[in-house]
Amino acid sequence: MTQEYTLGCGAPDQDTALPLSVDLEKETVITGVVRSGDEPVPGAYVRLLDATGEFTAEVVTSAGGQFRFFAAPGNWTLRALSRAGNGDATVSAERGLNQVAVTVTAA
Amino acid sequence: MSRDSVLVSADWAEKNLDTPGVVFVEVDEDTSAYDNGHIPGAVKLDWKKDLQDPVRRDFVNKEQFEALLSGRGIGNDDTVILYGGNNNWFAAYAYWYFKLYGHRDVKLLDGGRKKWELDARTLVKDPVSRPATSYTAGEQDRSIRAYRDEVVAAIGTQNLVDVRSPDEYAGRLLAPAHLPQEQAQRAGHIPTAISVPWSKAANEDGTFKSDDELRELYSAAGLDDGKDTIAYCRIGERSSHTWFALHELLGQARVKNYDGSWTEYGSLVGVPVALGDTPGEA
Repeated sequence: MTQEYTLGCGAPDQDTALPLSVDLEKETVITGVVRSGDEPVPGAYVRLLDATGEFTAEVVTSAGGQFRFFAAPGNWTLRALSRAGNGDATVSAERGLNQVAVTVTAA
Repeated sequence: MSRDSVLVSADWAEKNLDTPGVVFVEVDEDTSAYDNGHIPGAVKLDWKKDLQDPVRRDFVNKEQFEALLSGRGIGNDDTVILYGGNNNWFAAYAYWYFKLYGHRDVKLLDGGRKKWELDARTLVKDPVSRPATSYTAGEQDRSIRAYRDEVVAAIGTQNLVDVRSPDEYAGRLLAPAHLPQEQAQRAGHIPTAISVPWSKAANEDGTFKSDDELRELYSAAGLDDGKDTIAYCRIGERSSHTWFALHELLGQARVKNYDGSWTEYGSLVGVPVALGDTPGEA
């Protein structure tokens, strides 16, 4: 399965455990849950924007509303679009696991 | 080139789900997306299993492509409507691939799966089977496919457009950020390539920007209309999206997609590589 990850651009299943090949000493993982109120939002489109606001990647949240990115240390913005509404969050990421919550609200 | 001849809206698609001669095709890397719900009547293509040779790094050949489309029930005269996840990256890749093998009438669903889902339009899990056809493909149209030697020769002479994210261009990331970053090849970009991330050609809901916005985007980025253009990304799917914008929407005649892209170029021995946010020297 590792090969699938390294060659493809399709978003891996956001609910699965981190692949064994992922080295948290080296990777900067940004992960979290999209919520509307207290409820997780599955099927939300979450994009990772860099410090200049440019698109870097996008994933669809899992049944539990989870998302995950492999980025680099620095400042990032998360932008979620969903049928329940849209929302943003920012994170200053360091190497290792970075948890961030995103809340969406109807416009 | 008229936008209507290469792009359909979600509204059009919804009204034409049962139109004879119109075949919807979902293209994803991850076929579980299709299996968990697809546009009614759509068949699926797996960009890797169906469109890549299983052994060497290249596309399936003409005969394999013919067998694939025949088996999926796609005929030479059908209007093929492609859509998929990742803002239509792989659908655009399949569009370019269908054009490479000479399919006459192929269009993209604007906004792809994402807009369809966000609009809460119908997705079904029903298995789809279409009667087999006897599809005949053309020889590959090499005028839209770039190989590594012409890419190296294009440094400093043609338009090279790097459509990856700014951090991949600069060499700070090696892959889109939804993927692990450990890779064999070097980071950076092809010297003299301008950076125009594919995402600048799309709206937040995955639809393409207007022709005027696209013209302004590429001209402001320094694309020279008088020169041939080669677009690349990491594995050739995001650059298919930009190829579609330049060649199909804006009607630029001489635009190629370099499907080897960074995973090939960044592994070549002896070629120049530029680091940082500027194009660099030839």
